[in-house]
Amino acid sequence: MESSIIIEKSIFIFVIFGLTMLMAMYSTWAERKVAAWLQDRIGPNRAGPWGLLQPLADGLKLFSKEEFLPDTPNKFLFVAGPAISMSVALMTSAVIPWGDKLEMFGRTVVLQATDIDVALLYIFGVLSVGVYGIMIGGWASNNKFSLMSAMRAASQMISYEVAMGLSIIALLMMTGTLSLREIAAGQQGMNWNVFYQPVGFIIFLVCSFAETNRTPFDLAECEAELIGGYHTEYSSMRMGFYLFAEYASMFISSTILAVLYFGAYNYPGMSWALENWGVNAANLIGFGVLFAKICFFIFFYMWVRWTIPRFRYDQLMRLGWQGLIPIAIVNIFITGIVMLWPEIMSALGM
Amino acid sequence: MSIETISLSGRKKEVSDKKMTFWESLYLVAIVKGLFITIRHLFTRKVTVKYPEQVRERSKVYRGQHLLKRDEQGRENCTACGLCALSCPAEAITMTAAERKPEEKHLYREEKYASVYEINMLRCIFCGLCEEACPKDAIYLTESKVLVPSQYQREDFIFGKHKLVMPLTQAMQNAQLKNAN
Repeated sequence: MESSIIIEKSIFIFVIFGLTMLMAMYSTWAERKVAAWLQDRIGPNRAGPWGLLQPLADGLKLFSKEEFLPDTPNKFLFVAGPAISMSVALMTSAVIPWGDKLEMFGRTVVLQATDIDVALLYIFGVLSVGVYGIMIGGWASNNKFSLMSAMRAASQMISYEVAMGLSIIALLMMTGTLSLREIAAGQQGMNWNVFYQPVGFIIFLVCSFAETNRTPFDLAECEAELIGGYHTEYSSMRMGFYLFAEYASMFISSTILAVLYFGAYNYPGMSWALENWGVNAANLIGFGVLFAKICFFIFFYMWVRWTIPRFRYDQLMRLGWQGLIPIAIVNIFITGIVMLWPEIMSALGM
Repeated sequence: MSIETISLSGRKKEVSDKKMTFWESLYLVAIVKGLFITIRHLFTRKVTVKYPEQVRERSKVYRGQHLLKRDEQGRENCTACGLCALSCPAEAITMTAAERKPEEKHLYREEKYASVYEINMLRCIFCGLCEEACPKDAIYLTESKVLVPSQYQREDFIFGKHKLVMPLTQAMQNAQLKNAN
């Protein structure tokens, strides 16, 4: 029994790892395609049909390029930077419920690598380590522009982590749990959290953009001011790892958005499908639905990128501290008042 | 009409620094509007031309590589009058005139001809004014798709008569075509 669980979980972990890598790979392709479409172009179409082999060609190119090491005081940290970014981006996928459960080989397989009670805290904890990858890489580059970029990334991360945490508190008050599985299960049918927490969702969305370093919050990468950003001194696959990590974390944060606010694997008519088509079919559709939601959010990230220009640094800070944080706090109060409305009324004797 | 109200393009807009209202300062409405503008482009026709397979059509007034013409008998039209050089806004054309000797009658149409005729292709802007200025129908800008091939030396961009004058074979062909018609 015990060994079968280990086998099951390891297979699952490998599948999720592969899936994340695949999604990150094809996000780079999709980014170029979406960018092209939104600018009335066609985009990559040379490597394979519709340019589908483009990520492989890019990877081959990055692997075969010269690996350049700047004259830096700490070569170990220079190499560790991209590795930290990458591993952090991949670690978060462990607690995400990809579906409900499947009946296979006479046993129930839960579609989640590990169901821990503090999944949400775990995700926040791991994601906030992600900035170390950028910070260490920028510092070890021994280049003042890279360092400035790293400082920007760090301060941006701190500012938006606060607003993100506050926006999540309102959600936690409603669901009463930190476990992602329970949060997902609590959104059956169309009871998606986004309908109960629209303000919290918008704050969370904005903060996700900032956490993944995507436009309009990609101040860490800025050709005009910082030459390139924290990855100026990086070449070949080390550079590729940074870019790859960005796309992997974009995939993960899209997943978190879908799970927390957009009903995870739930879809209307799921209970009907469970009764008539059986557990397996219904839950596989659920997985597909979750995946569609994730793809929508990835597309949304790219869509926004080609719509809104980058913020100025002081605008970024003002939005974070004077805009999002107060709104998040007010949102917490309003949620609390709405939840306790019957008690308040009875206490007032009405 | 006073100077303040004049607008050449008709799209003049007053700059205002009025304070934004609360909704405007949230930017959310503006951002959503912007998102709809960009998503519309997803469904518009793509302007890309797949270059090696598909070549964009050239304009009717396209002007390519210069050509110094010969007449039907293969004689050079140019008399080195210098009007092309004079009309050239980029001052790319230089020439030296020479007098035709009796035994050269089959080479040059008039008594005077250009012994040296050079166009500096680094200066030329392919405006076509030389073509318009020429009284002898000597210089033309062709429809050749090759404009100026790349070179390593700056001197190679100064095109002399060996690159500009129409080849004799072509002049003969033209003459045959004209006779046939």
